[in-house]
Amino acid sequence: MANLDIVKPENLVYQKSKVLTDAVMHYCPGCGHGTAHRIIAEVIEELGIQDKTIGVSPVGCSVMAYNYFDVDFQEAAHGRAPAVATAIKRLNPDRYVFTYQGDGDLAAIGTAETIHACNRGENITMVFINNAIYGMTGGQMAPTTLLGMKTATTPYGRDQKLNGWPFQVTELLAQLPGTYYVTRQSVHTPANVRKAKAALKKAFENQKLQKGVSFVEIVSSCNSGWKMTPVQANKWMEENMFPQYPLGDIKVDGELVKK
Amino acid sequence: MTEEIIIAGFGGQGVLSMGKILAYSGVMEDKEVLWMPSYGPEQRGGTANVTVIVSDERISSPIISKFDTAIVLNQQSLDKFEKSVKPGGMLIYDPNGITHEPTRRDINIYKIPATEKATEKGIAKVFNMIVLGGFLKLKPIVGSEFIHKGLEKSLPARHHNLIPQNEEAIELGKTLIEPVFTL
Amino acid sequence: MAKELKLMKGNEAIARAMIASGTDGYFGYPITPQSEVMETLMAEKPWETTGMVVLQAESELASINMVYGGAATGKKVATSSSSPGISLMAEGLTYLAGAEIPCVVMNAMRGGPGLGTIQPAQSDYFQSTKGGGHGDYQLYVMAPSSVQEMYDFVFDAWDIAFKYRNPVLILTDGAIGQCMEKCYTRDYVPRWTEEERRAKAPWGTWGKPATRPHNIITSLELDSARQEVFNQKLQKKYAQMKEEDVRFEMLGCEDADYIFVAYGTSARICMKSMQLAREKGLKVGLLRPITLYPFPTKQVAELAKRVKGMLCVEMSAGQMIEDVKLAAECKIPIEHYGRFGGIIPTPEEVLEAMENKIIK
Repeated sequence: MANLDIVKPENLVYQKSKVLTDAVMHYCPGCGHGTAHRIIAEVIEELGIQDKTIGVSPVGCSVMAYNYFDVDFQEAAHGRAPAVATAIKRLNPDRYVFTYQGDGDLAAIGTAETIHACNRGENITMVFINNAIYGMTGGQMAPTTLLGMKTATTPYGRDQKLNGWPFQVTELLAQLPGTYYVTRQSVHTPANVRKAKAALKKAFENQKLQKGVSFVEIVSSCNSGWKMTPVQANKWMEENMFPQYPLGDIKVDGELVKK
Repeated sequence: MTEEIIIAGFGGQGVLSMGKILAYSGVMEDKEVLWMPSYGPEQRGGTANVTVIVSDERISSPIISKFDTAIVLNQQSLDKFEKSVKPGGMLIYDPNGITHEPTRRDINIYKIPATEKATEKGIAKVFNMIVLGGFLKLKPIVGSEFIHKGLEKSLPARHHNLIPQNEEAIELGKTLIEPVFTL
Repeated sequence: MAKELKLMKGNEAIARAMIASGTDGYFGYPITPQSEVMETLMAEKPWETTGMVVLQAESELASINMVYGGAATGKKVATSSSSPGISLMAEGLTYLAGAEIPCVVMNAMRGGPGLGTIQPAQSDYFQSTKGGGHGDYQLYVMAPSSVQEMYDFVFDAWDIAFKYRNPVLILTDGAIGQCMEKCYTRDYVPRWTEEERRAKAPWGTWGKPATRPHNIITSLELDSARQEVFNQKLQKKYAQMKEEDVRFEMLGCEDADYIFVAYGTSARICMKSMQLAREKGLKVGLLRPITLYPFPTKQVAELAKRVKGMLCVEMSAGQMIEDVKLAAECKIPIEHYGRFGGIIPTPEEVLEAMENKIIK
């Protein structure tokens, strides 16, 4: 009874977005996916486009993102989300279409689809969660894995001679004339969450302009894959990931940001 | 009536378009037709050939090895297709560049000096229509009014001003064809 | 556009039929011998007339996944390719079948394996009818044998695709694709309006209105028990296809002692071989499966009760013959004759094979 007594509108300090379903998320505690989902849902709700939004989920930890967003959703084959989204948007140009992909999906197996969707300037929003590891399959090396970083398939650390360099895919995409907005954000502190949400809002609003891809990378932690506590993982991310993947806008309104 | 024809020559001699005009003329006369080219790397610069079948009945195989008529426009094609003419069938060739004449004596053989005439008259573009005229003289399988319609259909509208020239070439071909050996 | 009589290539017929049948989108990648499909579409610019979207993708992987995306919104979306490209599309096809998305795919088969040749072949029968991608799924497979059928089957394919919520494969080869025959075109079927799409594809991901739960298009089901139930549902659908939508043609079978079984280009060759046989006084008929899946099993079984033998003619090492033998249950001699790697058999050699292998 005591609980019900305080359920009053004037006591409300936070509620989840109506664009999120009631399904319990399967993500690990400390993972960035939950927060990223939440702010995307809030953006969709605030823009009033729930009935016009179609999401495309990847293969990876967020494969079942469709269970959490209360919008129409399609699950793509591994890496193909940009191709799937291309056709959804071309055939339904008044809809808001977004992909949600991890680093393996977007920057390894789906590199061709990513680059060509960006190069064609599809009027879609692409959300890229970069945690430098394959989480779902048990912590193997991703294209964005840092040099020296230990994973299940680089047990002695990523060796450039063996595995090449961490893939700066976002910087690469910013070079393409088909991208209109390219930014890199994180969701590990309240301030960063607010910034990331503003970036996502811009990325969705941009679809109205029909000027090309709006691309939001979210550098994220994978404490399970990294074998750390959530707090350690966030600290490790700040110290190691951000130097390789610096936060901030890379391209705004079709112009590269001068550093 | 079913007439099975192979037309063969160098790429650029208008082999495919000649077949197409004949096929389209057949369509205009409400006959069944088939136009089957050789395709692929063969097309590039080498020999080109096309099978054309015009019939009053449903056409069966698009791939045939024996023909009622072979129209051959170079030595390679003559060598390749002389043996493919059905006994009692017809072989038409352009003597230009031919060093080994056809030798069969169980088929009707005609020649048409189309290359020579087209060069002489400066009408190389309608060379293939001269050859077609020669064939139609011997086997009028499609009426001339339908040839006119076939030209209209198979030439793009911007080339319709060339139809009279094509028709003149067909008429010219009819006067040029001459027997080499007949049964 | 109104009905018309035209001379056209098989590939061109596919493209024109797509426009005329109210197709909403085509996504393709060039490959011989079917590039004329996209070339015709690009030249016709249907986006200016019917509003159809046409896009050249960066690969067959992308084009089939574009089909997956576009078709998931309840629109009529198609692609076309040839054997090596279809192998790349195998992933997308199993996802389309697994998510029950209607679409139309054309394969102009060429000689394989690997890059193979660009000449006509029929060596993708197994790939088309037995899988190609992973999992227990079936495509509805139609085999046209003329340019007119290439045109007409696109219209039929849309009916079947939406009747069953299943991909339809139009399986042809370079010979039918590249040859020109006369073709009666049809009156245009208008593209579906927004209301029609919503009625025909209530499952589509076209944007969730407040009046329904969100639609999800996926082929993922982590719970094995539920995945088994889903598979049973698919099998029921395939059984219904076998019951209601088998297509075939029989020529000269009434009095036949011997039967050719052949589809597509091979069937055309066998028509000629049949004529040659009849001229020799041999009572030979032709069973032409038009649907390769579902296969005309009953028709083969019935013929097997009253003829002395069958020759399966395929431009392959012998693939369809397995379905023919299963249907005939070893009651009569059944042999294969085929050329492959891009070689097309002549009517004469096919007849000779019938005489040597079956009639004896």
